[in-house]
Amino acid sequence: MRDNYMLPDISRKDRIGCNLPKLDVNPSKLPAEDLIRDELELPEISEAQLVRYFTSLSRYNYGVDTGFYPLGSCTMKYNPKWHEDVARLPGFTGIHPYQPVESVQGALQLMYELQEYLAEITGLKRTSLAPMAGAQGELANMLMVKAYLEARGEKKRRRILLPDSAHGTNPASAAMCQFEVHILRSDDEGNLSLESLDNLMNDEVAALVLTMPNTLGLFDPKIDKIVQLVHERGGLVCGDGANLNALLGQTTFGYLGFDCVQVNLHKTFSTPHGGGGPGSGPVCVNSILADFLPSPLVTKGDDNYTFSSPAQTIGSLGVFCGNFNVFIKAYAYIRSLGTDGLKEISENAVINANYIREKLKDYYHLPYDRICMHEVVFSGEKQKKKNVGTLDIAKRLIDYGFHPPTIYFPLIVDEAIMIEPTETESRETLDAFINAMIEIAKEVDEKPEFLHAAPYCAPSRRLNEAKAARNPDFRWEMSSQ
Amino acid sequence: MSLSYIPNTDSDRTAMLQEIGVSSVRELFQDIPEKFRHVDIKLPPAMSEPELIEEIRHLAALNVNLDEYTCFLGAGSYRHFIPGVIGHLVSRSEFYTAYTPYQAEISQGTLQAMYDYQSLVCQLTGMEVSNAGLYDGSTAASEAALMACRITNRQKIAVLKTVNPGYIEVLGTYIKGHNTLLEKIEPQPRSLASDYSCLIVQQPNFFGYFEDLSSYVQVAHDIGALLIVIVDPISLGMFKPPGDYEADIVVAEGQPLGNPTNFGGPGLGIFACRREYFRQMPGRIVSRTTDMAGKTGYVLTLQTREQHIRRERATSNICTNESLVALAAAIYLTALGKTGLRHVAELCYHKAHYAASEINKIKGFRLVFGASFFKEFVVRCPIPPSTLNNILFAEKVIGGLDISHMIEGSTLLCVTEMNTKQQIDKLVDILRRL
Repeated sequence: MRDNYMLPDISRKDRIGCNLPKLDVNPSKLPAEDLIRDELELPEISEAQLVRYFTSLSRYNYGVDTGFYPLGSCTMKYNPKWHEDVARLPGFTGIHPYQPVESVQGALQLMYELQEYLAEITGLKRTSLAPMAGAQGELANMLMVKAYLEARGEKKRRRILLPDSAHGTNPASAAMCQFEVHILRSDDEGNLSLESLDNLMNDEVAALVLTMPNTLGLFDPKIDKIVQLVHERGGLVCGDGANLNALLGQTTFGYLGFDCVQVNLHKTFSTPHGGGGPGSGPVCVNSILADFLPSPLVTKGDDNYTFSSPAQTIGSLGVFCGNFNVFIKAYAYIRSLGTDGLKEISENAVINANYIREKLKDYYHLPYDRICMHEVVFSGEKQKKKNVGTLDIAKRLIDYGFHPPTIYFPLIVDEAIMIEPTETESRETLDAFINAMIEIAKEVDEKPEFLHAAPYCAPSRRLNEAKAARNPDFRWEMSSQ
Repeated sequence: MSLSYIPNTDSDRTAMLQEIGVSSVRELFQDIPEKFRHVDIKLPPAMSEPELIEEIRHLAALNVNLDEYTCFLGAGSYRHFIPGVIGHLVSRSEFYTAYTPYQAEISQGTLQAMYDYQSLVCQLTGMEVSNAGLYDGSTAASEAALMACRITNRQKIAVLKTVNPGYIEVLGTYIKGHNTLLEKIEPQPRSLASDYSCLIVQQPNFFGYFEDLSSYVQVAHDIGALLIVIVDPISLGMFKPPGDYEADIVVAEGQPLGNPTNFGGPGLGIFACRREYFRQMPGRIVSRTTDMAGKTGYVLTLQTREQHIRRERATSNICTNESLVALAAAIYLTALGKTGLRHVAELCYHKAHYAASEINKIKGFRLVFGASFFKEFVVRCPIPPSTLNNILFAEKVIGGLDISHMIEGSTLLCVTEMNTKQQIDKLVDILRRL
């Protein structure tokens, strides 16, 4: 059962959670009175109370360490603990971004090597680690496409093509560069419709953005034709690397002919999601886009590493060099796996997803009945006929001790249930999840109403989102005591 | 040898492949055309945990960290005291191994903490509404400018020249995609042309000095533009918040609130605004609500602004933000609380003023500006600041930021509560001996 107190409820005058030293110099004159603040109403709470409060909050959360987290397209793999330890070394956390470069050579070396590893893994030429999340990496790709075309004097190309299965960030990132978004259809097999591409790919198109494998968890076998068609008609091909986990060591975006891709270190490279960040979304590009990369890059000189800026850079995406602390964990991950290890990651991720696909396809509708990659998308349409929605199924899974899959995405699948097990789950865990999904399918037949009120065993019962949207309450206020 | 990150054994895999109905793993990758399968990825050989810890420790040891040296460097990334409780609490893996709280019923911890964060940011800035955070201060300022363009339906942005040049650069990147014009404005404009969407001011400014916010509010509001204020959150422990000046949007770099400098990242983009504009805000917002049993709970709300619903018509493309950094900021503000934050701000203020006045007494050094400042100030040096910094570095002191390209022969020094009188005296002593 959860307590329901808020910070202001335990605040009392004269409590404090941390003691700081007294002033050790003579006080100076204060500036003009009208600059000085009279009221600062922050909570006053002792250290132990504060620890209990936030510890209790943590217990109302569910992380990868709590249990299975098959959130499709999010790659919620286990985050090795020792990566956290090395990322907390004072030689990393306690350095200032403007320190002399000679005094941060270890940090720069790590960044340089990570740039190189990511270029190798994606089969592309050069990497910028600057983007602070996947969506910012997508924005960087769009800005590079725009700058590249402008440099060539191609002003007519104002469109971005996206498949109907694309992540929401793709159109949003394109719109941030005032590109017009045009949507390509998927065919009956879950691949991109070549006919649709042929119709829309003209001299007004700047680029096609593709997630590989796509958000249905499928690898499009016609990828070479797609890339070729776009390139022949003067467009660029941008990758969304959100699903890179499926391809590690199997093939690369470079081999497939992509011009650029953003990778999500907080997905594929096992850095934790932090409840919604910090992430990191480096971009890797081929030689035609290398000069446009966001600043800064780390360059290796004869005897040291320095920051540099590409000749026609799109500029900087943040004041410093990206989410450095996240780089350390991704670096540790890649170095502990090596090339063969990376390949094992993708193989096991793909085996796990196909195992779930095979074991659940008799119970849930499988709209694309073919071998999948790292994730599998079912439809809850059978259950919907019994008046149980995918949302109800997801909430019921919570009672069985699992985090729900991604639901209602991709948009082209009705009542979508998108399951990504990742390679860090054992067969036993998958079996337990599969059994839970089968049990729920039986419950749908036997007592559908029961599922409408799930979950029953979570810290909260089902929450009223409509009420929040209608009458949002964004904050508490300090009550006057 | 098995990999510790992969639980399935060879026999598991064999059995699973059989269940799937394929004879080899390779078959599962059959959709990748054969010609693309022959990859040659060159990476260093795999290493075990102890070997790699040694390697990475070595890299860390090549860096000079601020615990070993005395630091007078700030300029947007600050070394403030981090209470020990923060590290322990953000290391609760229920927090740091969770995803964005889409499934509210099992994400109440993150959601309530973000609601606390939003509340604390509102208390601190004097604003009515805060989101759950953006990437960093500079992208928050950029998103604020784009939001002002949407609200006013105007395409020109005015930014004061005294704003952090790094922020102006990022603004330049963010508007590259738009038909938006960014104009750098000299301080103290009497008025602005009526086609500006907003005026961006930093308080205290990049050089550490206080701007006259009330006059800027007037200038912006006179033409129906929004006033966007970039603040140092620590300064708000002592100085009047932008909300008191009727600012429309307040943004800040949240790193100083309980987070290490980390070579510049991750940071935290604090973003707060007046209530009338909340539907135009970028990023995630948490709201309090009730569950089926009538109990209090928290959810992500107004998601129709966001990319996964609104797609190309979203208020921003931001998805993953800096949740864990925001959690640290919330714990920091709670730990220090009403009196603690004021105390931190006062320590910074008085120590910085002590340092400034001592340095100003040294022959050849002088304070460039006479205005009031908080914890940073500009000093004109008798030798090039880069040379000075080398001399200081040899004495295990990290000097200020060389801004001689902006103000002739000058350095931007920063003093926080972490600098003892002894450290300040050491700096003064070195300067005196030059």
